[in-house]
Amino acid sequence: MPEPNEKNGFTSTSLRLKVGLAEMLKGGVIMDVMNVEQARIAEEAGAASVMALERVPAMIRAEGGVARMAKPSLIKQIIQAVSIPVMAKARIGHFAEAQILQELGVDFIDESEVLTPADETHHIDKHAFTTPFVCGARNLGEALRRIAEGAAMIRTKGEAGTGDVVHAVQHMRQIVKEMKALTVLSDQELYAAAKEHQAPYELIRMVAQAGKLPVPNFSAGGIATPADAALMMQLGAEAIFVGSGIFMKERATPLDVENNPKEREEAVSRAKAIVTATTHYNDPKILAEVSEQVTGTMKGLAAAAIEEAQLLQTRGW
Amino acid sequence: MPHIPAPKRIGVLAIQGDYAAHAAALEEVGAEPVAVRKPEELEPLEALVLPGGESTTMLKFLEKHQFFQALQRYCASNPVFGTCAGAILLAREVLNPTQRSLGLVDVTIQRNAYGRQIDSSILTAPTSLPGGPLEMVFIRAPRILKVGHGVEVLARRDGDPVLIRQGHIMAATFHPELSHDRRVHSAFLALVDSANRR
Repeated sequence: MPEPNEKNGFTSTSLRLKVGLAEMLKGGVIMDVMNVEQARIAEEAGAASVMALERVPAMIRAEGGVARMAKPSLIKQIIQAVSIPVMAKARIGHFAEAQILQELGVDFIDESEVLTPADETHHIDKHAFTTPFVCGARNLGEALRRIAEGAAMIRTKGEAGTGDVVHAVQHMRQIVKEMKALTVLSDQELYAAAKEHQAPYELIRMVAQAGKLPVPNFSAGGIATPADAALMMQLGAEAIFVGSGIFMKERATPLDVENNPKEREEAVSRAKAIVTATTHYNDPKILAEVSEQVTGTMKGLAAAAIEEAQLLQTRGW
Repeated sequence: MPHIPAPKRIGVLAIQGDYAAHAAALEEVGAEPVAVRKPEELEPLEALVLPGGESTTMLKFLEKHQFFQALQRYCASNPVFGTCAGAILLAREVLNPTQRSLGLVDVTIQRNAYGRQIDSSILTAPTSLPGGPLEMVFIRAPRILKVGHGVEVLARRDGDPVLIRQGHIMAATFHPELSHDRRVHSAFLALVDSANRR
């Protein structure tokens, strides 16, 4: 269990450094990239970090099959190509993939439900790593279980690969509501709250005192437009992950940024607009301007039309 | 009634990065932090903090709407404190890769010079600030390779300058905002005071 201190922070050096990098990413956009050219576009547009992966969630959803950690050669090329931090995904519970990612020098590991889970009971023991981890959560209990396992950042889960923001909103509202509710409980009542949320009492008490998670809380899944990014920031997200929203044309076809200048320009315009909207999330005048500058938006898939069994967000225990 | 001075209004550049941590640190030393996201928000402020974060992200943002020029003008004549990415923005020369900077502190600085996140560290090192050795949180930190004659070095890490002052500007390659020790932020407020008296 992490040791909370008097200021609701963590005291171990390792956790402070992990959460420290998460602090540096606040107010920024973390973009999914599938090749070096996309990584360069992301950096040029002002992304605070890139997530290296072989297929974005929209393609995983369309193509099916087992989704695994990206190839080391791809991750190394992307690390070489940009100066901003590079993240990569490991399957839930797949600590060997995480060991490889740490060895490759990625700056943050995403233990992600977007990939096919490797363990249906256990998540990775994230305290065992030097590299920080980010994990998804749909409610406060899930977020605190991941933090207990050593996650240094939470991303509130939307439904990845859809371009539909509805579940990102639902789960951000859920977590914020559950945190607010804890702040009015008496010390006696916190023990029962820990039982209800299926989360460690120490973490429940930290949230009750601070009114927020002890690690940064970002938003991910279904964010496709500058307005979506601004919405999530206004609802309490501290930064934004954008996956399929920037580099996808049709549901499962990426923009050809390597060979088609017009499509490259479209990706650049989307990326820049989302970066600006995340900083100026509270300024409708600027949001209107950047929304106008975007050429084209991913087509998207209504999350309500997806069968329960096909949802990615329900993965995580 | 004793006269209680109004808290100093200190801007924190809030484009991207750990601006919230700096705001909390400034409040702890009795200042009033103000988030700055547009060039016109700079003028009424007594001083400015450039936080940690990604210097490329900040730079891309500053290169729009003449923000870079406004910031350069502001920082040339007002007290400024930059940490990590903020120190990179203030430097005269930036390496790894070479990138544009405000050029207000006479140092050469190398980005990500100590390695990637797995090489980040928390150290305690001597400082000329009163009160003994200082805890320093380094995260994907830059390294100051060269300092000019007008630059005072307030702390070092294995010989490398990590906390410096040149005139009305302070810079740190580490993150005092992520420690509980508030001596560095207090030293910056003292700098703001002395600038006001001039």
